[in-house]
Amino acid sequence: MGCCCNDKASDLSLLEPVFEHYKGINGSLIAILQQAQEIYGYLPVDVIYHIAEETGVAPAKVMGVATFYTQFRLKPVGKYLIMLCQGTACHVNGSELIAAAIKDELGIVDGETTDDGLFSLKHVACLGCCSLSPVMMINGETYGSLTPDKTKTILRELKSKAGEES
Amino acid sequence: MKIVVGEGSCGLAAGAGKVHAKLDELFAAANPTGSVVTITSCIGMCFLEPIVDLYDGDALVRRLVHVTDADAEKIYNAVNANDLSLVDDITITAEDASFLEQQTRIALCNCGIINPMSIDEYIAHGGYEALKKILTTGMTQDDVIDEIDKSGLKGRGGAGFSTAFKWRAAKSSEGEEKYLICNADEGDPGAFMDRAVIEGDPHNLIEGMLIGAYAIGAKEAIVYVRAEYPLAIVRLENAIKDATARGFLGDNILGSNFSCKMRIKAGAGAFVCGEETALIESLEGKRGMPRLKPPFPAQSGFWFKPSNINNVETYANVAWIIANGGDAFAAMGTPDSKGTKVFALTGKIKRGGLVEIPMGKTLREVIYDIGGGIRNDKEFKAVQLGGPSGGCIPASLLDTIIDYKALGATGAIMGSGGMVVMDETTCMVGMAKFFLDFTAKESCGKCVHCRIGTKRMLEILGRIVEGEGQEGDIEKLEELCMAVKDGALCGLGQTAPNPVLTTIRYFRDEMEAHITEKRCPAGECRNLITYSIDQDKCIGCSACAKKCPADAISGEVKSPFVIDADKCVKCGNCKTVCRQDAIIVK
Repeated sequence: MGCCCNDKASDLSLLEPVFEHYKGINGSLIAILQQAQEIYGYLPVDVIYHIAEETGVAPAKVMGVATFYTQFRLKPVGKYLIMLCQGTACHVNGSELIAAAIKDELGIVDGETTDDGLFSLKHVACLGCCSLSPVMMINGETYGSLTPDKTKTILRELKSKAGEES
Repeated sequence: MKIVVGEGSCGLAAGAGKVHAKLDELFAAANPTGSVVTITSCIGMCFLEPIVDLYDGDALVRRLVHVTDADAEKIYNAVNANDLSLVDDITITAEDASFLEQQTRIALCNCGIINPMSIDEYIAHGGYEALKKILTTGMTQDDVIDEIDKSGLKGRGGAGFSTAFKWRAAKSSEGEEKYLICNADEGDPGAFMDRAVIEGDPHNLIEGMLIGAYAIGAKEAIVYVRAEYPLAIVRLENAIKDATARGFLGDNILGSNFSCKMRIKAGAGAFVCGEETALIESLEGKRGMPRLKPPFPAQSGFWFKPSNINNVETYANVAWIIANGGDAFAAMGTPDSKGTKVFALTGKIKRGGLVEIPMGKTLREVIYDIGGGIRNDKEFKAVQLGGPSGGCIPASLLDTIIDYKALGATGAIMGSGGMVVMDETTCMVGMAKFFLDFTAKESCGKCVHCRIGTKRMLEILGRIVEGEGQEGDIEKLEELCMAVKDGALCGLGQTAPNPVLTTIRYFRDEMEAHITEKRCPAGECRNLITYSIDQDKCIGCSACAKKCPADAISGEVKSPFVIDADKCVKCGNCKTVCRQDAIIVK
């Protein structure tokens, strides 16, 4: 397995308030990892080592927790994280066609990020909006009753919005 | 008037936020009638979202459906002129309204009616009366458990275990340090009943949990909510804050000796954490790997202390039971299954959403009377109950009653409430593969049989849907199913084979068609189908050729077109655009 060190060091001081908040509270490793991901956008390896040091949990165990739960990312994601629901109702109502539309429009599949760093795609378990299947969530906003065309329109709108902001 | 916008996650996804913003804008500019624009949560009629309700005092005078922000002005005018005929065209039809009218709502009693961010509205609807009754009339812990026992309440998370039994066991365990936990992981894909309760009536959940904590002697209550429910977490956090401020949570609640604090722990994306011992491991900050039972959580749970874990819907029935009496709850349902059950009715159904009905109704009544039957009037094929732990029930068993025993006898389970309806275009082998794909991915890996068994079953099903099924595959699947059931430590592994077993039991002919004839009767499995154009129906409009990504369709305009099977990638675009229904998929 190749080395997974990141190219640049993370600003570990950003974690101080998190450690302060959870000091003395047993069983808060997952919550700490969730806060860390909020701060850095993902879990860089040096952050994992730092959390291990501060909490007294062995690095292998911290890594074990980070890789067990699907919420945690060990690689950075794009500006827009597309979470495509893979629930039963979405599957029955054509989530595969939406995945194909995303591939068609952005060229990415589950787990990939576009070259310009704008979009990342992640297949997720049920989002709980089954009556509006197929459904996707992008940066906390839910889009339902999707069709391949509607999906492409949404992505194009986000692309142009990102273009205007930069 | 009170204008109430339905803002559960579904409503917001359908555009309710935009409707609300537009209404706010209009009423802020001028509000001659002094009307109020406010919110409620999931009304449960997801097929009609966004929904806006108009109230005159406490009376619902009009329910508006499929509301867009363009309709906001119409609503504004109707309210100001007190002339509701102006919104007749967006008013719910009597037929659609029957969806709710046929239901009996207990767990969902306040959902879609009150504002979930307002503790006062909860109190005005009888909220916290059950808790007050217990703490001010001297009901003992045993009195409370006896009432739950009388009600016959069984766990609504899927296992259907007696709630009173669990509470009694936790109460009898030695020790002062006890925990009351709510399993809000709701991992079954296709289920959103618990999300609706937390987003729509968080105080009901809090009250039910407080009653449970009192009964077992717990001073700390924890709600484990899945990460994929951000709105539910926000609303519950707000409710906990308000309940604490009003003295319903914290020290010496309502002046009694009972103290209890509550907190939320967000999950991090692991279906297995819906299993109670895996959930406990996760609460302790570890990988969610199940523990051996016995000892049960009632004896040794969170930090190895006595703990009681129940599902959201189970707790959502508790306040009603205490307020109205266990006998009133037991008066509904069947001898084996008392009370009501909430279902998330989805899939190929005309009217999909949340359905709460007394146990004892048939599947046919739910799907046809309440759900309106199959979309586009296609043929019903199967209904999936119980998610990845359940099974597919065929048309021949539609008159099965909703009852733990009756559903168990079919090979499926009651489950947490996910009810996904399928029609003639759904491939049952594909569905079995879908569920195995899910459980294989979600298996924690601790047990050899589950870890490797699910993977092997998935490989076999994968070959079958690709057209590479072999003689003996079904027998091999059956053998693997029994091995995984026997060798798995927890419910995930023990029930993972259920979808495969019910598919073999009820749809064996479909599996055999895939294996021996290399044919997919439902026309879904890509490698086993061909697309062609009905030369009699095609009018040569060329719409399909324009949409074809593989350039596989050719022809002259106004003459029937043809598909080159060698180039066709079976994306289905042509079928979607054809208005003559001329695309044949076989």
